[in-house]
Amino acid sequence: MATATDERAFVEFERVQKSYDGETLVVKDLNLSMPKGEFLTMLGPSGSGKTTCLMMLAGFETATHGDIRLDGNPINNIPPHKRGIGMVFQNYALFPHMTVAENLSFPLEVRKMGKSDREAKVKRALDMVQMGAFGGRRPAQLSGGQQQRIALARALVFEPELVLMDEPLGALDKQLRETLQFEITRLAHDLGITVVYVTHDQTEALTMSDRVAVFEAGRIQQLAPPDELYEAPINSFVAQFIGENNTLEGVVTAIEGEACTVKLDSGDIIDAKPVNVSSVGERTKVSIRPERVEFNRERLHADAHTLKAEVLEFIYMGDIFRTRLRVAGTDDFIVKTRNAPDQRRLTPGEQIEIGWLPEDCRALDA
Amino acid sequence: MTDATGPIVAADGRPLKVSLNRALRREKLRAFLLILPLLAFVVISFIAPIFDMLFRSVQDDITSRTLPQTVVALNDWDYTGEALPSEQTYEALYYDMFMAAEAKKHTALGSRLNYETTGISSLFRQTGRALDDVGEDVIEAMEDASAAFDDSAFWAGLFLTEDRSAGNNAASTRAWASTVSNQALRLPADVYLSNAAEAALPNAARQYAAFAMFTHTVDEDVPAEEDPWEAVWMALAQDLTAGALTYDGPETADLLAAQTAVAGPMAGFAFTDAFLEQDEDWGDASVWGTIQTFSSPYTAGYFLTAIDLELTPDGAQAVEDDVAIYVTLFWRTMWMSMTITFSCILLGYPIAWLMANLPDRSANLIMILVLLPFWTSLLVRTSAWKVLLQQQGVINDVLVWVGLVGDGSRLALINNATGTIIAMTHILLPFMILPLYSVMKGIPPSYLRAAKSLGATNWTAFWRVYFPQSVPGIGAGSILVFILSIGYYITPEIVGGTKGVFISNRIAYHISSSLNWGLAAALGTILLVVVLALYWAYDRIVGIDNVKLGG
Ligand SMILES: Nc1ncnc2c1ncn2[C@@H]1O[C@H](COP(=O)(O)OP(=O)(O)OP(=O)(O)O)[C@@H](O)[C@H]1O
Ligand SMILES: [Mg+2]
Repeated sequence: MATATDERAFVEFERVQKSYDGETLVVKDLNLSMPKGEFLTMLGPSGSGKTTCLMMLAGFETATHGDIRLDGNPINNIPPHKRGIGMVFQNYALFPHMTVAENLSFPLEVRKMGKSDREAKVKRALDMVQMGAFGGRRPAQLSGGQQQRIALARALVFEPELVLMDEPLGALDKQLRETLQFEITRLAHDLGITVVYVTHDQTEALTMSDRVAVFEAGRIQQLAPPDELYEAPINSFVAQFIGENNTLEGVVTAIEGEACTVKLDSGDIIDAKPVNVSSVGERTKVSIRPERVEFNRERLHADAHTLKAEVLEFIYMGDIFRTRLRVAGTDDFIVKTRNAPDQRRLTPGEQIEIGWLPEDCRALDA
Repeated sequence: MTDATGPIVAADGRPLKVSLNRALRREKLRAFLLILPLLAFVVISFIAPIFDMLFRSVQDDITSRTLPQTVVALNDWDYTGEALPSEQTYEALYYDMFMAAEAKKHTALGSRLNYETTGISSLFRQTGRALDDVGEDVIEAMEDASAAFDDSAFWAGLFLTEDRSAGNNAASTRAWASTVSNQALRLPADVYLSNAAEAALPNAARQYAAFAMFTHTVDEDVPAEEDPWEAVWMALAQDLTAGALTYDGPETADLLAAQTAVAGPMAGFAFTDAFLEQDEDWGDASVWGTIQTFSSPYTAGYFLTAIDLELTPDGAQAVEDDVAIYVTLFWRTMWMSMTITFSCILLGYPIAWLMANLPDRSANLIMILVLLPFWTSLLVRTSAWKVLLQQQGVINDVLVWVGLVGDGSRLALINNATGTIIAMTHILLPFMILPLYSVMKGIPPSYLRAAKSLGATNWTAFWRVYFPQSVPGIGAGSILVFILSIGYYITPEIVGGTKGVFISNRIAYHISSSLNWGLAAALGTILLVVVLALYWAYDRIVGIDNVKLGG
């Protein structure tokens, strides 16, 4: 779970709880610690408390319980405008009655910066997001992507050390998202700022972040770098939530160190790696990534357990083939194979045998 | 794109635009037909009265309607201050007035002209009563000459005929008499004005026709059974003295006898003298000047009155200070409406802000409180203010009790401008709050948060970010409140005393008490123009697109 607090932590949540109505906890026991310069993404389904965490950090909501520290100082008692945290809102929140340049110079004006300094900084910020020519326009005269860049520039123009972004790319189309994802990471890296980024798009989370915090029901389910999150989910929620995943249910029949066998509900026996199970007889959900499933018998260990499968559907997707199988009673077992010259194309109705390396199949909580 | 390839053509070969218009036209027509009844209703019941009012404010045909011949006769006369009009004018006045007096229209004209020159009203009333006495001795002479003149049937036999080929329907008389009496007069069916009598005795024939029409249409009597008016006798006397009698009929002998008899009295008779004898004011040139000034069917007089000028025979002049009220009233209406609008902004803004930012339950409660006044009668609310504000009222009592004012120096909060401003601010407040609320409701809270996250204090965030976005609501509320208050009537009437009434109270007075509708219309028109001008100015300065009644 959450990493232990260390003295280099820049942003810290300690045992933070939040309730809006006094009946339900929207955030339950949140512990989080970020070093300076980190790009951390909060990923989770709708209503899992991501925005709430961000709002507590920004100072628009107060934690019901627990401490939030910025650079070692508790910020619970600092009013929002003194926190010096840049924020990018999901709906951009560009002031409609000001021009783009006025929007950008607003944070500088309230900091009593001189006119020439302001103009220089605004220009630099606009150039940074490649919007130098748009200073005189009103937000309503910009496209969604352009507004997003301006919102980003406005959050960065006063050089905050910490920037919060709440689903900043939510309303944009795929291509624009990808461009902006790249720009945001580049800027964050170049400026050395610490970023807390909220999204529900897992690709976005995986591609942009140093670490990802997966939220569910007010808790961080796993906090880990993207590769670890994908390859080593620590529970079935994370496994399901991140990437595509095949799940089979059964009971643990034997555990030997880093390997175990699971008897599926259909009666079949498979090999797995125990992650969240500790004793024989425990129910478990095993998870296998579609690209780790093998149906070429020669590539498996000689003594590996295999399952019988019937091909239901073969989908040609260009770079990969996606095959849907009936395995151990489920109809939605997916196998992905690379479109390589020697790759075998399965045909529907075909009976095959599938298997995997034990370490690719993770036995998680039921 | 059209210049390179020519207009785009639809499947049937017509230009696409033409085809599209054709297709749309039928739909538009159907839509239009659907709303047509409503449109007609709106035009008839809302737009038409406005134009009627605009028209009334310049329409002033009462003089030209009531005294049509006099007005024509006056064309040749110039007002110099001394010279009186000609005898023909007095003659025309006699016949016009006689007809008007019979139709009881002369007093209305008298009241109308009395707005301009005091005394005309009573002059007209007295003259109307005394017209029967004009030419008394002439009429007596005729009666003495032949007993036939006392027989109603004799007159009818002389002037009327049932033979269509020998008579006419007296069209010009009919037009004149109908105008003066302001109703459609006509001769009885199958009765005509005798051509022979009209040729020989034109004046008398005309007056008799008028008498006959009026008797038939208004009194619903048979002309042959009624004694003709004195005006008919006088007209006959004039005809008989004009020259040799050319009439040839059974009545010739009686007419000849009368001709001889009236020669004496008529020799010394003049309408001018007759009128001067009735009332010496008829010798006052300014009375005639007034009649002439207002003889045009259109006048700028009401508008001039409405800005404290008056139309005199010498041109427009400022009225004396002690009767000049309208400019003061307009000015007062303006500044008080602005004060009320401003107070509504001051009070309404925080309430609307609260409503927009509280949770729904509390906001609804406040909304109910805001709307509560709408559920009680305006009269009750205003009267309640009377109770609260009077010198021995609740507010003064509390102030005295607290010790803020002495018992001897209780504040005058009612029957003056203060009372009107307080009561009207209360009554019009919802019209400010509602548009403000709906605009504020549409301002996402994230703007304020964004401002604060950018380092703005609460006040800066409000003033630089929230307030500018709520300005359209202020605009809409102000326009509503200002326009409503500028035309407000009941509240100033009840709590305004004399120092707190508005121009609309004056308009109401002229509509219901003084019955000077023309002036009321002129005042209303000025009010309308002022409002439109302000609206235009607002559009130029703030922009009417910036007015939002809803989020
Ligand atoms: N102001 C509020 N008052 C009461 N409940 C709230 C408030 N804001 C959020 N909640 C509740 O708190 C929970 C978490 O909300 P939050 O906005 O943090 O979710 P989220 O993870 O940001 O979701 P999304 O991805 O949809 O934005 C939700 O169940 C929501 O209904
Ligand atoms: Mg959210």
